[in-house]
Amino acid sequence: MLKVEEQQPEVFPETLIEKFNEIISRYPEGKQKSALLPMLHEVQAVFGWLSVPSMDKVAGYLGIMPIEVYEVASFYTMYFLKPQGKYMLEVCRTGPCCLVGAEKVMAHIEQTLGVKEGEVTPDGLFSWRGVECLAACGFGPVLQIGPEYTFYENLNEEKVDQLIQDLRNK
Amino acid sequence: MGRKLLLEHINVPGINTFDVYRQNGGYRAVEKALKMTPDEVVEEVKKSGLRGRGGAGFPTGMKWSFLAKPEGVPRYLVCNADESEPGTFKDRFLMTHIPHALIEGMIVSSFALGAKTSYIYVRGEMMPQVRILERAIAEAKNAGYLGKNILGTGYDLELYVQPGGGAYICGEETALLESLEGKRGNPRIKPPFPAIAGLYGCPTVVNNVESIAATVPIINDGGDEYAKIGIGRSTGTKLISASGNLVRPGVYEIELGLPVEEFIYSDEYCGGIANGKRLKATVAGGSSVPVLPANLTLKLANGEPRLMSYEGLSEGGFITGTMMGSGGFIAFDEDQCMVRNTWNFARFYSHESCGQCSPCREGTGWMEKILRKIEFGEGRMSDIDLLVDVARKIEGNTICPLGDAAAWPVASAIRHFRDEFEWHVKEPVKCLETNYGLANYAVPIAKTEVTT
Amino acid sequence: MSDKVKVTIDGITVEVEPGTSILNAARQIGGDIVPPAMCYYSKLEGSGGKCRTCIVKVSKGSEKDPRPMPKLVASCRTTVMDGMEVQNITSPEVLEARSGVVEILLINHPLDCPVCDQAGECDLQNLTYEHGLQKTRYEFERRTFDRIDIGDKIQLHMNRCILCYRCVFLADQITEQRVHGVLNRGDHSEISTYIQQAVDNDFSGNVIDVCPVGALTDKTFRFRNRVWFTKPIDAHRDCPTCSGKVTLWYKGENVLRVTARKDVYGEVEAFICNTCRFEKKQTSDWVLEQPTHISDASVIASNHYETMQPLPVIQVNLKLQQANKIELEKTSKF
Repeated sequence: MLKVEEQQPEVFPETLIEKFNEIISRYPEGKQKSALLPMLHEVQAVFGWLSVPSMDKVAGYLGIMPIEVYEVASFYTMYFLKPQGKYMLEVCRTGPCCLVGAEKVMAHIEQTLGVKEGEVTPDGLFSWRGVECLAACGFGPVLQIGPEYTFYENLNEEKVDQLIQDLRNK
Repeated sequence: MGRKLLLEHINVPGINTFDVYRQNGGYRAVEKALKMTPDEVVEEVKKSGLRGRGGAGFPTGMKWSFLAKPEGVPRYLVCNADESEPGTFKDRFLMTHIPHALIEGMIVSSFALGAKTSYIYVRGEMMPQVRILERAIAEAKNAGYLGKNILGTGYDLELYVQPGGGAYICGEETALLESLEGKRGNPRIKPPFPAIAGLYGCPTVVNNVESIAATVPIINDGGDEYAKIGIGRSTGTKLISASGNLVRPGVYEIELGLPVEEFIYSDEYCGGIANGKRLKATVAGGSSVPVLPANLTLKLANGEPRLMSYEGLSEGGFITGTMMGSGGFIAFDEDQCMVRNTWNFARFYSHESCGQCSPCREGTGWMEKILRKIEFGEGRMSDIDLLVDVARKIEGNTICPLGDAAAWPVASAIRHFRDEFEWHVKEPVKCLETNYGLANYAVPIAKTEVTT
Repeated sequence: MSDKVKVTIDGITVEVEPGTSILNAARQIGGDIVPPAMCYYSKLEGSGGKCRTCIVKVSKGSEKDPRPMPKLVASCRTTVMDGMEVQNITSPEVLEARSGVVEILLINHPLDCPVCDQAGECDLQNLTYEHGLQKTRYEFERRTFDRIDIGDKIQLHMNRCILCYRCVFLADQITEQRVHGVLNRGDHSEISTYIQQAVDNDFSGNVIDVCPVGALTDKTFRFRNRVWFTKPIDAHRDCPTCSGKVTLWYKGENVLRVTARKDVYGEVEAFICNTCRFEKKQTSDWVLEQPTHISDASVIASNHYETMQPLPVIQVNLKLQQANKIELEKTSKF
């Protein structure tokens, strides 16, 4: 059970509200609930995760009950209900990528970052997790980094080292 | 060289932009289709024999003709770009490199179905592809191919891209519609089918990216011309996503009917098995279809070469055959462990089960736990039979096909590789260090015992 | 009326309105051939199709298209067609698949019946008794959740939940603001409010009645008594909010709990309000009618004064025997 009082209400920037309106206009009158998934992506892109107050705000915006937002946000794997590192490394862990060394890549990331799957590094920069098939099986092992889901293909240990180094220096 | 219809211009620089796509003959199909009647367009697609490229292989033209057309009720076309079947990545490839092929197909198909608003549901992880499509839509709109009164014909069409949220199950058409309505991706109970009551309760057609893109060459060259390509009831070309231990994994467009052996070993396609190793097994159509040992992949039970077509791959039923599925071709070399791979797939399905109906929700997790036990040397002989039994209890007993998709890989792996599973039980220490190897999976068919 | 459609279930033919589900057609026949239902609830729109216990075999699709259906179908969500033939308890395939569903439903169920308030009136318990295996083949740790209170009168014991979604449909249908729902997915799905929140409206107590298992229980009744030691009496009162028609569960002089009246399939006849359910526990609050009729098959009946006849060991179903005469003759012949 979550403790809501620890979560500060988020202030939605004006650009986000504009984006909301644009998204809602894509659907027929009265079917604005369709906008929920894209809207949650936009909120997560701004804040890095979905807090209860921000989900409540989205619910208010769409005129639906907050539980409907929680139901959806907890169903889909891309929404983070807890704060994550600034860079979330999501490595594909499904069959075809494992055939070409995804497990090795994951072990290497765990070792390099020094945190377990789902944890955040002390500097708040990184977290990582294994995710199911990213539909790039022919270019495996692959990983992606949100919020724009930039793709890194044909990974090996050196490439991962380089990537982490680049992100640190950013 | 096989004929290329979808990937013909893949190597043209800038083909992802409207101008270059147009210079290479793009949007001719829209111009042609809008001069026809919608029924004529449907008729062409019917004639082409095009079958759904998303996995089920249902004839697209027939699906279209089932669409209910009540007066005053909007109809929708939804493109299923929620590609997440392990082993399949053709749609990502197509959308990344030739986004306009999909847009053009969407316009033609929407016109045929009388849809005024259409959605492309792209899986959320493909955010770059969402941006690519959004840009392509804006370009097409600028050029007058989308929006109000397209090319002065009076036909209006709005096209939107909807990102998903990360759920394999949304590739099931009714789960996709639920998700598009902003709900949890729980598949609906059918009937009613989407053709009667789909998106917002209105008649809806859901088609795979590749099926929609394939309508472009069908309209350009005519359905009859398209039907000449391929073999038997498997007409046209198909994108195959090749992955695993191959020299050149990637997306290939093949004419249906190509021998599997040629696809794996010829230099035009995958170029053989990587690192000079030997082929042990394949999954021919994405992780849900039955896995086949090398010998049955290349040859049918009667010794004839196996062909890549809907019928060719399913020849022999589930005893010695598999399925075309979505065309996700995964090759395993001799060093791969079938138990570990089966466990991996079972974990995938357990993770992706929506949790709505009990056999799938509980059964997929159960299979995953048993397989993990066997993989890590803690299994018992009776666990293997238990797995077969659990798989049987799930199969055909669920709301949507995810239950079947979870049961088939497990059942088929045990059917064909039972000795490897037994070895894991008998050698609990050794199996953690070494692999079972190639065993007899590549010897001539006659010597292989097929256990059912 | 020629509008009616004819359907044959386990050899017994019945005429029903078009659009009726197989399950409801079977309920019109009644008796042993009615498939069990854990998630379907006739009063809740959209319910059903999820638990798969009501699966049946359609051996003939209809008069027009006599092909059998390729898979077993959920009878609660399959509409009858004219001339359809259905097999339920006469099909070994159905019984085997159903026992498979029961086994699967139980792998993560705690089986804590000795301390569960639902025991004795639990659909899952009855189903397991009829179709379950003697021993589970599941040898892994069962998933567990913390017990949570949703409001001061209702406790949610998620370990026992079979995710029938009935309580969610109920909240959608008869209350205006749903605050609980299904969170997460797959075998981690749970009924929850996500944040600490009380399910609080006049009709929220009905989730206890629609729950087929002991996942949602009445906190005012928790651990007060076993249901089979209490005596149910039909009663009513003039209630401004609901119909006021209830069943009072007595132990001696005391009303231990109040529930809605349930029909033969365990479904509530009319939903009742929380005032009637939780706050009116004096005999003086009510006008008593008569002892509630309890099925002879129920454990509650064993302590019941309405039935004076000893219970038959096996109930003879003459209609079923007549319909399956040929099969019966075969059994005696061989």
